[in-house]
Amino acid sequence: MSLNWKAGGLLLGLVFFLAVLLVKPIGVSTQFVILDGIIADAVNPDLVTRAAEGTTSTNAYLAKSDGKYAKAVASPLNYSFVFVLAMALGGLLSAKLRGGIPQADRSVPALWRANFGGCQVKRYAAAFLGGFIVLYGARLAGGCTSGHMMSGMMQTALSGYIFAAGAFAAAIPVSLLLFKKEA
Amino acid sequence: MTTILLAIVTGAAFGAVLDRVGASNPDYIGKMLNLTNLNLAKAILLAIGTGSVLMFGGQMAGLVDVGHMSVKTAYAGVFIGGLMLGAGWALAGYCPGTGVVAAASGRKDALFFIAGGLLGAAAYMVTYPAWKASGLLDNIAGGKVTLGIVPGAKYEGLMALPGDLLGIILGLGFIALAFALPERLVPQKASPQPAE
Repeated sequence: MSLNWKAGGLLLGLVFFLAVLLVKPIGVSTQFVILDGIIADAVNPDLVTRAAEGTTSTNAYLAKSDGKYAKAVASPLNYSFVFVLAMALGGLLSAKLRGGIPQADRSVPALWRANFGGCQVKRYAAAFLGGFIVLYGARLAGGCTSGHMMSGMMQTALSGYIFAAGAFAAAIPVSLLLFKKEA
Repeated sequence: MTTILLAIVTGAAFGAVLDRVGASNPDYIGKMLNLTNLNLAKAILLAIGTGSVLMFGGQMAGLVDVGHMSVKTAYAGVFIGGLMLGAGWALAGYCPGTGVVAAASGRKDALFFIAGGLLGAAAYMVTYPAWKASGLLDNIAGGKVTLGIVPGAKYEGLMALPGDLLGIILGLGFIALAFALPERLVPQKASPQPAE
């Protein structure tokens, strides 16, 4: 079963609070870069260099901030990367316990079906394109819905407000344009 | 080792709650963003408010380490990137965290979202020097700033107000907004009626 907004919002707020109480604010999108780095470093071991004076990379983005990302690529068993892996585990268990996602919604969600039909290829292409834009944008912004909008606004960070303004300024018109029919 | 254990516990809790609140369901995201069902928006506002009140309240009571705060830099690219993320979020119905949860819970389209995301992140890694050179990543309004001055934090305040108190007030504001927001903003389309 899904939670109503009061119980769900309260629990979600508690998780964000616990994260900052115990370790640090929640963020996700950086880990897409770290996974990219791990894959690229496996293909081309020269990407990340581990030297006595510090870990760095031939890629300027991985090397920025004293090789912060390069270090995470070199040792992926760190808090932030494991956090995202654990999110998958938590999501899987929670979905299983409430009976799983209906078969019909697993490839083409109902709202999409109502507006664009049941073609899987079309939906997968849109999800792929959406993913590209989302992660490119998140990296340009330096965070995503979790890190900027939720964690950021919760901490009264100016950047969180700027991000949320941009995200909703685009998301609402695009959604109104795409999804005119209700499911 | 403790940090890894904490990562597993907090990460799993976050993933489970995202699933239960419906944030990893693209139908709920779509209905929120086309303004036909704002229950998820209400949950998000309540979550931000709850987190804020607990964190700043805990700081004032001396129970929460101010040093755990991590404020991101403000620059023009934050807005541009936000616009991009918003457009993709509306199209796909997923953001980075909810995409991971959705894929794990059995949604196949979310796997394509993640694949696109990995490519998008890689594209940014390659094009980063051009953004850096453009000046759009340069600090604005002091960069890593909070709206008020949070006592004991390493961040500057945008305004000369007590940041912890302001955080609690804004948090309560988010909670009030969650309750005030109607369930939908776009009027329900009239079901077809026979002409009179």
